[in-house]
Amino acid sequence: MAMPRKSLTFTQAWTFTAGSKLHSSIGSNIVIQKHQILVCKVGIWIAALSPGSWLVAGLFLGWLGPNPVETLTHITGMTTLVLLLVTLSITPLRRITGWNGAIRLRRPLGLFAFFYALVHFNIWFVFDQVFNWRWMVEDIIERPYITVGFSAFVILVPLALTSTKGWMRRLGVRWTKLHRGIYLAATLGVVHFYWLANSKADVRLPLLLALCLSVLLLYRVPGWLERRRRMIARSQGRNIR
Amino acid sequence: MIIRSKRASDISSSEITPPEIYLGRRRFIRDAGLGLATLALGGTALPNDIGAQSQEIPPRFRNLKSELGEELNSYRDITTYNNFYEFGTDKRDPSRNSGEFEPQPWTVSIEGHVNKPGNYELDDILAPVTMEDRIYRLRCVEAWSMVIPWYGFPLAELIKRVEPTGNAKFVRFETVYRPEQMPYQKTGVLPWPYVEGLRMDEAMHPLTTLVTGVYGTELPNQNGAPLRLIIPWKYGFKGIKSIVKIEFVEEMPTNTWKMANSVEYGFYSNVNPEVSHPRWSQARERRLPSLFKNHETLMFNGYAEEVSHLYAGMDLHRWK
Repeated sequence: MAMPRKSLTFTQAWTFTAGSKLHSSIGSNIVIQKHQILVCKVGIWIAALSPGSWLVAGLFLGWLGPNPVETLTHITGMTTLVLLLVTLSITPLRRITGWNGAIRLRRPLGLFAFFYALVHFNIWFVFDQVFNWRWMVEDIIERPYITVGFSAFVILVPLALTSTKGWMRRLGVRWTKLHRGIYLAATLGVVHFYWLANSKADVRLPLLLALCLSVLLLYRVPGWLERRRRMIARSQGRNIR
Repeated sequence: MIIRSKRASDISSSEITPPEIYLGRRRFIRDAGLGLATLALGGTALPNDIGAQSQEIPPRFRNLKSELGEELNSYRDITTYNNFYEFGTDKRDPSRNSGEFEPQPWTVSIEGHVNKPGNYELDDILAPVTMEDRIYRLRCVEAWSMVIPWYGFPLAELIKRVEPTGNAKFVRFETVYRPEQMPYQKTGVLPWPYVEGLRMDEAMHPLTTLVTGVYGTELPNQNGAPLRLIIPWKYGFKGIKSIVKIEFVEEMPTNTWKMANSVEYGFYSNVNPEVSHPRWSQARERRLPSLFKNHETLMFNGYAEEVSHLYAGMDLHRWK
């Protein structure tokens, strides 16, 4: 059974295959791949840290306006959602371009998304709830828009914690299943944003994000159906035997 | 007419300060009597804590910090953080996108159940009234607030002059519709023109103010030039800006935000810490520029003693 090991070893195997197709020495291709990935990773670090740096600088230099918390909350929330969507576009990117090295960019992207979600949550807890647990719990229970946003954050916690190679190995096929939680987290996140924006009558941005998310999820549907079909076929085959 | 607010609305409970206290009564009467002309002549730039701005702010607003129970927000904060959807949905949009707007000349159409309807030049509306500084807290429905020194006169003065008839039960206000100068009126973000309304007794209340200025200077476009409404015990969006039409009607008018989202916004929109917005609590507010949302919101924004009789016997959870 090759399937269960896909998450970890598949990546390297595919990388290897892609490299050997180039009819040159395998070793130097791996070096090129590594170089590409390094460049991309540096790019991701710079891009992902820039909204945060802009906010921190703005907070101290005063360019966030009279209500800095509103800007902090909005930008960290927005960045979380954008990074979740970028994380979700790695698989389509990999399939469409055939560049399997892309998979190695998924973890840093996902972790940055979680980082911004964590900051977003803490801004809310510190500045809006003023460290008051009772207020916080009340808000989570009473307001669906908060419930949904908080749930998205809670779903992301175990994903971030199990993002290491060690956990991938330990969980095996369960790791893949667990990390499908990102689909739900991203959906809840977009709903959370939509609900808030709807109260302010301007839903253009959340609708744009919802559109991107739909495309990314729909892209996966044929694969899911195919896998399901194969699974059913396999179990039926077993029954006949 | 000088409003001497009752003690109940003083610093401790409502956190407005009657102008007499900080100006000294005599100077207040002088400035109020002479109006904008004097202020423009006698203006000086303010210290940094009020904020940098192009307009000159009269000296009576100096050193307010020490004399007020509540700090005034800076001119800069007041004029760069606005909800004025005609110019954009971001708080910075109105100050950026309102440069083309022309608040002069200005005519207000007064219609409906009144003995003296007609098109009134703004100058004619302002000629007989006594202008006052009125320091009110603006409590936005989004749970932030600012303390703002408006400059204006009671709406009641204008209403009395146009002589409403017995059929006038509500007042309906309309913002100007000028898509060529107000870029977001080309979008469908809200139904245009913006409409607000008050019950007759609310409109006649001495706290209800028609505003033409802020910090003793002309109202900037982004704040609703040249004429806007301020009802300090209601959420900020009731304070309709750039008013061109005042209509006296029998039926309760449907205001824009209620039209856009009747589940979340109502006609009365009184500040009420006990009635939450579906997305957030109204029990607390963020007093800008503070970072923390830890300022307790008061019933009717602190004006309960002055206005609660208007709503006697009404279920305020139902009449949002």
